[in-house]
Amino acid sequence: MSDKDSLKERPAAGQPVLSATHVTKQFRVAGGHITAVDDVSVDFHAGKVLAVVGESGSGKSTLARMLLRLMPVTSGTISYQGRDVTHIKGAELRGYWRDVQAVFQDPFSSFNQFYTVGQTLRRGMGAQGLEKETLDQLIETCLGYVGLKPGDAVHKYPHQLSGGQRQRVMIARALMMNPKVLLADEATSMLDASLRVSALNVLQDLRENLGLTVLFITHDIGQACYLADEVVVMEHGLIVERGTTDAVIFEPKNDYTKRLLADVPDLKGSLKVSKD
Amino acid sequence: MTSILMRATNLTAVYAADSGQDVPAVDNVTLEVPEGQIVGLAGESGCGKTTMGNALAMIANPPLYVVAGTMEIDDEVIDLSTLARGSNEAHRPYRGATVSLLPQGAMNAVSPTLKVKNLVIDVMRAHKRDTTVAEAMDRATDRLKMLEMPTRVLDSYAHQLSGGMKQRMVTVVSTLLNPKLLIADEPTSALDVSSQKALIEMLLAMVEKKIMRGVIFITHDLPVLSMVTDRLAIMYAGKIVENGPTEELVNNARHPYTSALLSSVLDPTEETRTKHVLGIPGSPPNLANPPSGCRFHPRCQFAMDVCKTQEPKFLNEHNHEVACWWANDHAYETVPMEVYKA
Repeated sequence: MSDKDSLKERPAAGQPVLSATHVTKQFRVAGGHITAVDDVSVDFHAGKVLAVVGESGSGKSTLARMLLRLMPVTSGTISYQGRDVTHIKGAELRGYWRDVQAVFQDPFSSFNQFYTVGQTLRRGMGAQGLEKETLDQLIETCLGYVGLKPGDAVHKYPHQLSGGQRQRVMIARALMMNPKVLLADEATSMLDASLRVSALNVLQDLRENLGLTVLFITHDIGQACYLADEVVVMEHGLIVERGTTDAVIFEPKNDYTKRLLADVPDLKGSLKVSKD
Repeated sequence: MTSILMRATNLTAVYAADSGQDVPAVDNVTLEVPEGQIVGLAGESGCGKTTMGNALAMIANPPLYVVAGTMEIDDEVIDLSTLARGSNEAHRPYRGATVSLLPQGAMNAVSPTLKVKNLVIDVMRAHKRDTTVAEAMDRATDRLKMLEMPTRVLDSYAHQLSGGMKQRMVTVVSTLLNPKLLIADEPTSALDVSSQKALIEMLLAMVEKKIMRGVIFITHDLPVLSMVTDRLAIMYAGKIVENGPTEELVNNARHPYTSALLSSVLDPTEETRTKHVLGIPGSPPNLANPPSGCRFHPRCQFAMDVCKTQEPKFLNEHNHEVACWWANDHAYETVPMEVYKA
């Protein structure tokens, strides 16, 4: 895959763009090992949002790190657009990273506090050899996508932005690479309800307008319900249920999924925790 | 009638900015906690919830200063102000014993090199120097047993506990001195739903067993608040805009801001699946230069001319207070939530 190829067309909607096949991750601990991800197979279809939900420690983020090639697999295969990328290195891996971008939970820790938003975004594209005008235009377009005013935002330092704005800048930074897959690992967990909705709406727009494939990792089933086309439920490193969002959330078959749904705090329903 | 455990009156807390200007993060706020009840404090990030918690817990540190306000608790009136802008040591005896704060991210502040029992001993001795190890252990063991938590946590290091267990452990430690009031700042935000539920059940058990006599529960997570609290206070730009019994406030929001916040809650329902939630347009104001009149008016779908110029006074409808001109004109009407969804 050349640099030019990665900036071109997107895969046909509905086709698997990224796949994990029989992927396992084990960590060594004193006296043995623990299996964080256990023989997981999952396809990410082009132009769709797939949500991976589960409790803390269920293996969601470990799976994400392996898909991002930030962590080696113990066994199994990661394939991207039909090619095995499990062990690629060097320029090939950098090309993969251009196509598969990530946004993480804490946007503040992803910024250099001494750089303005403009400097942060320019630095990220430093190796691309773009003309200044092209780069400025790209920054303007990407900040526009996420609902920020470019003229205003590029001069601000991270501490001058709200949590929601910081996360939007991080999404803009990822978009500048024109990725085909965006992996959001608990990207909205630190935001309050209204900022969270605006960040989710940005992801929804990107899927609808740019055909972006989104892998959305969350412990909040409500967010998965709002955004995702498909949902995968993980428990102790295993996928225990998968299907369309409607099927998994409204007609869950697995006991663990049912328990997760039952534990979701209910705003207007009967109080599930007795105060008597 | 329920008696009042704590009444904070006319509380104003400012951040001293580098420019020399004082930025009021909490502006002339009055809040009550009835005896044996949990009061929720909700609002967007930056609305002053945590500042309010810090001021009430008497741990305001520069650049935060409490410039006015009193706390009446158990017939004792405490001046909360740190006007002298020097040491706030005068408040030291009250911290932990009268009012205890469970700060945001407390579970990540536990020393990785000390066992939980050492933390217990440190906390007890900070308030009573001659506490023996046996006394501290007895108190902690009894408390853990009372709350049906395993006593083995005392012999664990922080990294040996799960996130949920760590958060429950710091909650127990923060109440070892039997404070009258516990202020819990975002205690459930970093937890998944199952751990959230366990913590909520524990907090309710603590109130029931009278370990503390009241709780202020600070979070932006309204579904959690609706499960755990008896009353809710909604903050916007340093002021409380609505305050009332939780069930009444959730089902009959009288302030457009409360309604907008409630409409942003994404629960796994058919409506969430089919509707597009618009959220609240714009951003919270710069507190150094807040809007005139009602501070929410630039973002409000129901704003009228009067909202731009005059600050609304509190309207009291059967123990449900709201500061809003729209509510003034529409007595007992619920703000139509449909405007926030498409």
